[in-house]
Amino acid sequence: MKTDSSVVMLFGVVLGILTLATGIGTWLGRSRGPNDTIQNLNARIRAWWVMVAVFGGAVVLGERATLVLFGFISFLALREFITLTPTRAGDHRTLFWVFFVITPLQYWMVAERWYGLWTILIPVYAFLFVPLRSALTGDNERFLERTAKIQWALMICVYCLSHAPALLQLPLRRGDPVVLLLWFVLVVQLSDVLQYVWGKTLGRRKVVPQVSPNKTWEGLIGGTISASAVGAALYRATPFTAVQAAGMALVVTALGFAGGVVMSAIKRDRGVKDFGALIEGHGGMLDRVDSLAFAAPVFFHLTRFYFTD
Amino acid sequence: MTDNALALGVRLLTGARAHWRGCVPEVRQRIYFANHSSNLDALVLWAVLPPAVRQLTRPVAARDYWTAGPLRQYLAARVFHAVLIERRKPTVSDNPLTQMIEALGTTHSLILFPEGGRFTGVDPQPFKGGLHHLARKRPEVELIPAYLENLNRILPKGEMLPVPMLGGVTFGAPLAWIEGETKEAFLVRARQAVMSLRTP
Repeated sequence: MKTDSSVVMLFGVVLGILTLATGIGTWLGRSRGPNDTIQNLNARIRAWWVMVAVFGGAVVLGERATLVLFGFISFLALREFITLTPTRAGDHRTLFWVFFVITPLQYWMVAERWYGLWTILIPVYAFLFVPLRSALTGDNERFLERTAKIQWALMICVYCLSHAPALLQLPLRRGDPVVLLLWFVLVVQLSDVLQYVWGKTLGRRKVVPQVSPNKTWEGLIGGTISASAVGAALYRATPFTAVQAAGMALVVTALGFAGGVVMSAIKRDRGVKDFGALIEGHGGMLDRVDSLAFAAPVFFHLTRFYFTD
Repeated sequence: MTDNALALGVRLLTGARAHWRGCVPEVRQRIYFANHSSNLDALVLWAVLPPAVRQLTRPVAARDYWTAGPLRQYLAARVFHAVLIERRKPTVSDNPLTQMIEALGTTHSLILFPEGGRFTGVDPQPFKGGLHHLARKRPEVELIPAYLENLNRILPKGEMLPVPMLGGVTFGAPLAWIEGETKEAFLVRARQAVMSLRTP
């Protein structure tokens, strides 16, 4: 399929789903009267329109614009993560480096297609630099803990997430990487939404109640399978066959679920429900992109290994 | 114009939001008093107020800091109309409290940091007596406790460059004036009111 028609098709699917969701949300709001769950649902749907417009706009503008958007998302997610993490005054200068040097450097290297370096910048160089910069301030208290938290924040919010726009650079044997990125984001986010829908309607058995009371087996299985079915149905837009697309979709939706669980454990430990309040109805930026952050590196490498020259 | 732009910039950098827990934003005379740990404090508290309230709210700030350099001078004088006070010991003729009472006038509100300086400890320092004096002289002005969260992590004492973390300002219920209460008891109660707004 040609790129343009594939892009139009994927956006058509998204806009169709959103229109349907808006219709259902409005109908529920009218027929059920004031209800917190439905109000939150409608806030989420409204926020989706904005997110789709911003993401779609960036993708249409091209690779640079997409990288800038993801860089900005990383920055906001990192800010939410670090805010929730107890750091000390001795980390101030380190954090300045993390926000204003390491994060832009990562995205700049991706933009320069410097694959050999952007894949190790944070796991190797930042990993060594962060503890050194903190040690030089002479504050030993909870040193390893603080260092680990900053490194983890960088890995999730910046390193992992930067693999998503890097998909645009893969020399695919078949298909266009722009479409691959759209397909990936659509499947992962749709899985989040469908897990929520299945969980709210049929959810009974909790997967890990200590971590997240909202994640149920019914939601997990229903959500990942139905999102994967959509992903497989859209296989013509991807470099995959229908079966391969289904397999890839199952992998990324399962990883998306894993991201949600891990980030919930962190939130639970810190005693909060959301990482922030940036996106109405959804919580913070990190609440929205946790699944993408987990799925992006694995999807990137699987695709790179099996579907490029 | 400038003040709205500055307030927006401050809110973007610090991600600060106002949480009105014990009162609602209103155009009426108030004294907002808060903990103090960062040079951003006055700016952020001012920036999270709704524009109509913000225009009439003046931070009380140290003269030596806000007159150092043309930018600070401009901001203090033209943008947030700071009430600049001397930090050294007050004399009868040069008393910051007189200045604050004058600045309140009949329409304005004040932002006050009763610790009298920035401190890095976990709990705020004991409050100085000025707040009590103002409350006694102007009993009709509401005393609103506020807790500033995370600003000392965004710009700690002694640092030049801010780190963009998310801050927050929580406003509590007005502090009542209890007839016959000693100054010391009042100040302890005021400090407690600020600390009680901390998220656990």
